[in-house]
Amino acid sequence: MSGHGEDPDAAFLDVAGLHRLVEVLIERGYHVVGPTLRDNAIVLAELESAGDLPHGWGVDVGPGHYRVRRRDDEAAFGHSAGPQSWKQFLHPPRQRLWSGTRDGASDAQSEETPRYAFLGVRGCDLAAIGTLDRVLGRSEYPDNSFVSRQRQTFVVAVNCTEPGGLCFCASMGTGPAVGPGYDLALTERLEGDTPSYLVDIGSQEGADVLAAIPHQTAGSEEIRCARADVEAAAHRMGRQMPDMDLRDLLIRSRESPQWDEVASRCLTCGNCTMVCPTCFCASTEDVSDLTGDHAERWRHWASCFEFDFTFVHGGGNVRQSGASRYRHWLTHKLGTWHDQFGMSGCVGCGRCIAWCPTGIDITAEMNKMAGDD
Amino acid sequence: MTDGATSVAPTVSAMAPVPYRVRSRVVESPDSATLSLVPVGDALRAPKPGEFMMLYAFGVGEAAISISGDPTVTDGSITHTIRAVGAVSRALHDAEPGTVVGARGPFGTTWGLAEAAGRDLVMVAGGVGLCPLRPAVLGALAERSHYGNVTLIVGARSRTDFVFAAQLVKWAEDPQIELHVTVDVPVQGWRGDVGLVTEPLRRLTLDPDRTTAFLCGPEPMLRFGADALVAKGLAAHDIRVSLERNMQCGIGWCGHCQLGRLLLCRDGPIVGYDVAGPLLQVKEL
Repeated sequence: MSGHGEDPDAAFLDVAGLHRLVEVLIERGYHVVGPTLRDNAIVLAELESAGDLPHGWGVDVGPGHYRVRRRDDEAAFGHSAGPQSWKQFLHPPRQRLWSGTRDGASDAQSEETPRYAFLGVRGCDLAAIGTLDRVLGRSEYPDNSFVSRQRQTFVVAVNCTEPGGLCFCASMGTGPAVGPGYDLALTERLEGDTPSYLVDIGSQEGADVLAAIPHQTAGSEEIRCARADVEAAAHRMGRQMPDMDLRDLLIRSRESPQWDEVASRCLTCGNCTMVCPTCFCASTEDVSDLTGDHAERWRHWASCFEFDFTFVHGGGNVRQSGASRYRHWLTHKLGTWHDQFGMSGCVGCGRCIAWCPTGIDITAEMNKMAGDD
Repeated sequence: MTDGATSVAPTVSAMAPVPYRVRSRVVESPDSATLSLVPVGDALRAPKPGEFMMLYAFGVGEAAISISGDPTVTDGSITHTIRAVGAVSRALHDAEPGTVVGARGPFGTTWGLAEAAGRDLVMVAGGVGLCPLRPAVLGALAERSHYGNVTLIVGARSRTDFVFAAQLVKWAEDPQIELHVTVDVPVQGWRGDVGLVTEPLRRLTLDPDRTTAFLCGPEPMLRFGADALVAKGLAAHDIRVSLERNMQCGIGWCGHCQLGRLLLCRDGPIVGYDVAGPLLQVKEL
C-alpha cells in the first residue's frame, strides 16, 4: 500500500475490466478478498473472479437490523458495511504467537503470510486499517505479523456513493471519498445498463496493475460526475456524531447517569467490539499438550465487555458493572484513543449499531450526552 | 516461500518468552519467594528500578512481575520476588533452582530515581509492594551522596509477612536510611508501629519542596499515603505511585491494562499522582 494521488489520467473500466482486474491480481500472486453474498449477508471472502462480487445486492440496516435486498441494478459495491471487516485478515481472530519445549527451546517461529489484495475497501475501512497500523504496526514494539500482512496488501478502495442508514463517516472525517493508503480506487458509476468504474491510481504498483488491464482514459465530464456522486454521498449519511470535542465530553461525563441507563439495555455481549474494524483488544492464552513437554502461546480477540477482562488477583474484576464496561468501551473508542494513539478509534462505519442485539446506537448516545452536557 | 501468494515472515517476536534458568530460590514469607534468574542464552536488557517483566511458567501462563533485584548487580541476572496468588504466580513461586522459565521485558516506566537526584526520598511500601521499591532503595543507597534524607516506611499484615526481613533488620541499623516498620496485627515482642503506613507517614518531618515520594502497595494504601503526603505540602507530581491492572502483553497490544487514558504497561506502571489521583477516584474506571 502506498500514498494517495488524484491522478489526472484517471481511467475508466467496464464490467469486463473489473473481471480482468481480479484476474490480473490473481496472476500476480494475490489472494483477492472482497465482498460476496453468503448466508444472507455480504461477507468478506476470497474471490475466484469478479463474478463472486454481490452484483445487484444491497443491504437495509438499522439499529440491531441487517437484511440483504435485491437492487434494481447490477452494482457490485452498492451495499454498506457488513458484519466483517478487514481486521480479520490483518489481525486474525486466533493466532499462534510462539511454541516451544520445556527446556526453554523455541520451535522455529515463522508464519506463512498470505499476500492479500483487498477489493472494495471503503473510506471508513481504509481509515480503520490505518488505525490498526498505528496501534499494532507503529507501536514501540511493532507486531511483525500485522506489519508484514499489512505492508504487502494490495488495496483496491471504493469511493462510496451510497452510504447506508447507519453510516457516519462524514462526521469522523474518513469518507465517503477514500483517504490515503490505496493502490487503486474505484468509483462505481451506475449510468447505463451495466456499471462502470472510474479508477484513480494511488501507487506505482497500482499503475502497473492498471496498465495490464484494457481500459479507457476517463473524460473530464465522467470524472466530474463521479466526484460529484461521492461528494453528494457526504450529505446522505444516515447518522451523525455531535460536532464537538467528543474526548472532552466523555471525560466530563464520567459520572453521568446515562451510563446506567445504557447498561439497562446493554447485554455486555461484546458484539460491538467484534464487528468494530478497529477494536484490537486480545487475550494471551498459554496451552500445553498432554505430555506437558510442548507448549504454545496463542492470541485471540477479546472484548472489554468480558466480565474478567480486568481481573487482578487480590482486587477482582475492576469493571464489574455493565455501565462501567460500556463507559470504558465508548470512552476509549471516541476519547482516550486520542490520548493513546493521537487519533479517534471510531471511523463511522456503523457496524456496532447494526450488530448490537438491542440496537444501542453510539451516535444517539453521544448526541444525548452532548444535549445533557 | 511456498507459492507466489504467501511469504514467510517472522512471527511476533516481542511475545516470545526468552529462556532463563532459576539460579537460586529464597523463601521470603509464607507465600512469597525470591528467584534469581540467569539467561540460558542471550540476556535481555538490564532493568531499571521500577520496570517489570512478563514471566512465563512453562505451559501454565504468563504474568507481569516486578523486579526486586539490586540494580548495581550487572551479571545479567534478574531477580523477582513472587507472591503465590494464582496459577501462574504459584507455578513461578514454586520453581526450584534449575527450572527454566520464560521472560520478556523489561517493560514500563521507572521510578525516576535519577531525576530525583539532589532531593529527599520518602518510599512507602505495603506488603509485597516492597519488591519493586527495593531496587530504588538499593539504587539510592549505592549513590547515597546524590540524595538528601532517605526514608523507607514498610507495612505488612503481620511480622511474618515482611519480605526481605533480614535486609530490613540491617537497614534499621543503617544511619544512611531512616526505616519505619508497621504491622496490622502485632505479636508479643514486636517493637515497631502498629497500624497503617499512613501513621508513621503523618509523623514524618519533611521539606515538601525538596521531597520525592515513591509508593507501592494496595490501591487504598496508595490513595491514603499519597493524600497524606499532599496534606504535608508535596506536589502531586512529586509523588509517584505504582499501579496494577490485568496485563497480558506488556507492550500495548492487548488493551487489558487500561486505566482511563493510560495503557499501564506502556504509560505505567509507575505514574505521577497528578495523573493517577483523579483516575483512582473514579469507581470501576
